[in-house]
Amino acid sequence: MSLLPVEPELAQRVPDKPVLRDDPKLASEKIAFFQYAIVGVFLFLISGFWQLQVRNPDIYSERAESNRIKSVPIGAPRGKILDRDGRVIVDSHSSYSVLLSRETLKMEHLRPIADGLHLDYNELAAKVHRYRTRPKYEPIVIKQELSPDELAFVEAHRDPEFFPEMEVFHSQKRLYPQNQVAAHAVGYTGEVSEKELDSPEFAKYEQGDIVGKAGIEKQYNDILQGVDGQRRVVVDNLGRVRESATADIKEAKPGKNLQTTLDLDLQVVAELAMENKMGAVVALDPRNGEILAMVSRPAYDPNKFAVRILSADWKSLTSNPDNPLLNRAIQAQLAPGSTFKPIMALAGLETGEIDDSFGVRCGGGASFYGHFHRCHATHGGVTLHRGIAQSCDVYFYNVGNRLGIDAIASYAHQAGFGQRTGVDLPNEAEGIVPSTQWKIRNYREKWYAGETISVSIGQGALTVTPLQLAHAIGGLAMGGAWYKPHFVKGQGSKPRTAKLDPVNVQKVVEGMYAVVNEGGTGVRARLPGLEVCGKTGSAQVVSNEFVKARGKTKSQLDNSWFVGFSQRNNPEIVVAALFQGGEHGNLAAPIVRDVIKAYYDKKARLGIPNTAGVPRTARPQAASEASN
Amino acid sequence: MRYSSLRDLDWVMVIIAIMISGVGVLQIYSATHGTIWQNSWWKQIVFVGVGVLIMWVMAAIDYHSLMGKAPVMYVVAVALLVAVLIIGATIFGSRRWIPVFGFTFQVSEFMKVVLVIVMARLLTELRTDILDGWELTKLGAVVGIPMLLVRAQPDLGTALTYLPILGIGIYLAGLRKEYLIVIVVLVGLAPVVGWHFMRDYQKARLVSFLNPEQDPRGAGYQQIQSIIAVGAGGMWGQGVAKGSQTQLRFLPVAQTDFIFSAFAEEHGFVGVIGVLALYFVLLMQIVQNAQTAPDRAGMYICMGVVALFVFHLFVNVGMVIGRMPVVGIPLPLMSAGGSNTLSTFLMLGLVNNVRLRRFVN
Repeated sequence: MSLLPVEPELAQRVPDKPVLRDDPKLASEKIAFFQYAIVGVFLFLISGFWQLQVRNPDIYSERAESNRIKSVPIGAPRGKILDRDGRVIVDSHSSYSVLLSRETLKMEHLRPIADGLHLDYNELAAKVHRYRTRPKYEPIVIKQELSPDELAFVEAHRDPEFFPEMEVFHSQKRLYPQNQVAAHAVGYTGEVSEKELDSPEFAKYEQGDIVGKAGIEKQYNDILQGVDGQRRVVVDNLGRVRESATADIKEAKPGKNLQTTLDLDLQVVAELAMENKMGAVVALDPRNGEILAMVSRPAYDPNKFAVRILSADWKSLTSNPDNPLLNRAIQAQLAPGSTFKPIMALAGLETGEIDDSFGVRCGGGASFYGHFHRCHATHGGVTLHRGIAQSCDVYFYNVGNRLGIDAIASYAHQAGFGQRTGVDLPNEAEGIVPSTQWKIRNYREKWYAGETISVSIGQGALTVTPLQLAHAIGGLAMGGAWYKPHFVKGQGSKPRTAKLDPVNVQKVVEGMYAVVNEGGTGVRARLPGLEVCGKTGSAQVVSNEFVKARGKTKSQLDNSWFVGFSQRNNPEIVVAALFQGGEHGNLAAPIVRDVIKAYYDKKARLGIPNTAGVPRTARPQAASEASN
Repeated sequence: MRYSSLRDLDWVMVIIAIMISGVGVLQIYSATHGTIWQNSWWKQIVFVGVGVLIMWVMAAIDYHSLMGKAPVMYVVAVALLVAVLIIGATIFGSRRWIPVFGFTFQVSEFMKVVLVIVMARLLTELRTDILDGWELTKLGAVVGIPMLLVRAQPDLGTALTYLPILGIGIYLAGLRKEYLIVIVVLVGLAPVVGWHFMRDYQKARLVSFLNPEQDPRGAGYQQIQSIIAVGAGGMWGQGVAKGSQTQLRFLPVAQTDFIFSAFAEEHGFVGVIGVLALYFVLLMQIVQNAQTAPDRAGMYICMGVVALFVFHLFVNVGMVIGRMPVVGIPLPLMSAGGSNTLSTFLMLGLVNNVRLRRFVN
């Protein structure tokens, strides 16, 4: 074998200039030294590899793992909210959201992403800016509840050449009933706020979690909310999922369904009855405190809250003077007006200040402590039965005057006024039961006897919520057993009881029966075949002096109340209705009637026999007098 | 002796070079399969094949003849560098390549070969036992001009690779103590002065080399990912095509500048020692050729090649393990890339050329 031929003369011809220093061995020492330098370089490099690969490989294996393994949450479906018959009130459905990975985010991509997802660019940019202090690996949820075309946009643009920072997240979304049915009772869900995250009760939640924000959703969030699972996936440097690690899946634990005591049949009737009205309706089973229906109007559409409410929607809700977010059933604190009279009557009888024979003459008003108090009519001679049936103010002025404010307050407290009923909803209001103590505590003033006269007819400082009213009258109808109102079975406990004389209770109940059935103020609540008892009320929003001076506007119209139960001697349902601006109690009466009718219609439909019950009788030794 | 025998080639050196190239091709395949660079591995095989061929051609042309053409080669190469600056195809934002027959050639890579020959000639022509000031200036200018041109492309990494050729020449030719002191002072001042001439990305690289965790997503990213990849390799490696840093592309340019990082991840410390041992034997083989060279010119050529390779190895592998800043220079014989592969085999051809003529005298 030979290589290319070499010209023989070549060695002689080159180099052009003579080579002077031609001893190749001259530099041999330097070459030898350079070899040591090479050895040094290799030792330097090998020591580096030794350090990384042999001494501490675990540190780097872990970092390589955290590079490639990413946890993807698996959303746990939220439990359904059911009515007492197991019918679905609130459901969940599949929903897709887009997350923005901030590790790979390019700000110039924000605008096309905002356009593709129909988002406001400025809001999106502001949101990204808000997250700047949080760790980079935390993605941002930028849009939930994707429409099919938005989902297609995301799927088509997740490639590295477009917007790899987008990720799709599948989750369950809340589906609330249409037409605002039971909106206030069930409440709504929403993304946990940063303020909430700072408070201890939300410590277990993370940014972006959907939690109950109001109503049953909030109260029973722990039951309804499941535990999100986790899936670990292998991703590449652009965050694209390369493979799913099947071994390491933490399954999502779905939330539990919550069966409530609500009865959709009654709820819907109550909703219809309140249509275009402002106010509230509460229906309770006085035998155990179960809430059968709860309506507050005006209402809102909880579906708008289901994920994140649009700021425009939120603004219109919060700036609405009628405050649709207020659950009037538990949060409206208003003077009960004449619906307070049964409590007054009971207090008078129980204290012995009045009896059947106690009577007054109503001449359309009466003077107390130098002040004339009007009655809405001229009733002539009035005793207890007519006093309740015709709602004679003069009669109850006298009862109140005899009792004094502290006795009134004591019986009002007994009936559950002036304190939270303990219903299983957040933010229940207390109402006010005035007393000498109360006045000193709040105004540093003594109580004037003249003020008692107004309280006697449910005016003055006295305020109650519709739920308190239903609760109070229900407990009275039960002969002195007040069960805590509740939405979820098992929440009811032993009732708060009072030793009332059944004969006295029966006398008050008979008066309430007369209101509806004997030509009283609430005849519009009458239902054939049923012994509905009730009491109307119309409560002033502003004082008479104010009205005289300025005249009445719509928002100052009297609130109309009605509270009723059925049946007279076997109470199974008590309903309180507040019709704000309804002027007179007999306008609220049909609302209560409709709900009670729905209750008995349903019983009839199910073939459950109805019993009228027997009148409350005195304890054995007094049995003979009690038949009336 | 009219014909140089094929068996007189340095077969140990040639076989080791081909073995390292083989490892490189496998690693290029592993690092690029399933990506847009997935053709790199067979392209590299072609480059290596062509490289071996031109190594053989290079070995055949007597290096004395090549040294005779040294001034011409130098002028042509410098002219090409100027041309590249003016008309060179703009790729990756720098002007490094010129198109030849449909390929793109990186002139600065071939400048290395020219410089090795030019240096050997200049040093051979010296009439003194020790370099004087004029000669030192001349050598510095000969290397400095192409350095500035390449630096202007801008390609600091390749420009720096010319320095070891100058350095080894001065070292072997001998230097007066005064000059040595001046050079040491100048080298010491270089970073201070050089800072003002560096581009922002180069400053960022230098800062991030000193403290890579300061900006793990920015300039320090490559170095951190490389260190993680090397460390994750452990003693035995993750296995061929199983290194997550490489396969999931957390490791940047895993088939070129960071190929040794990818190799270290998949083959571990044991693999690293194996390949480094091959490189060591290769270098020692070239040094031995320098020692047995028939004349000073041959010795200078071999030592120039050795110095260049050691520098590449030191900077590239040092960068991979986080002990040198990120300077974009390839690892000879392993990194994917035509120009570097060809220039490497050209230089191995020069070494063989010297070896073939060791008995000429």
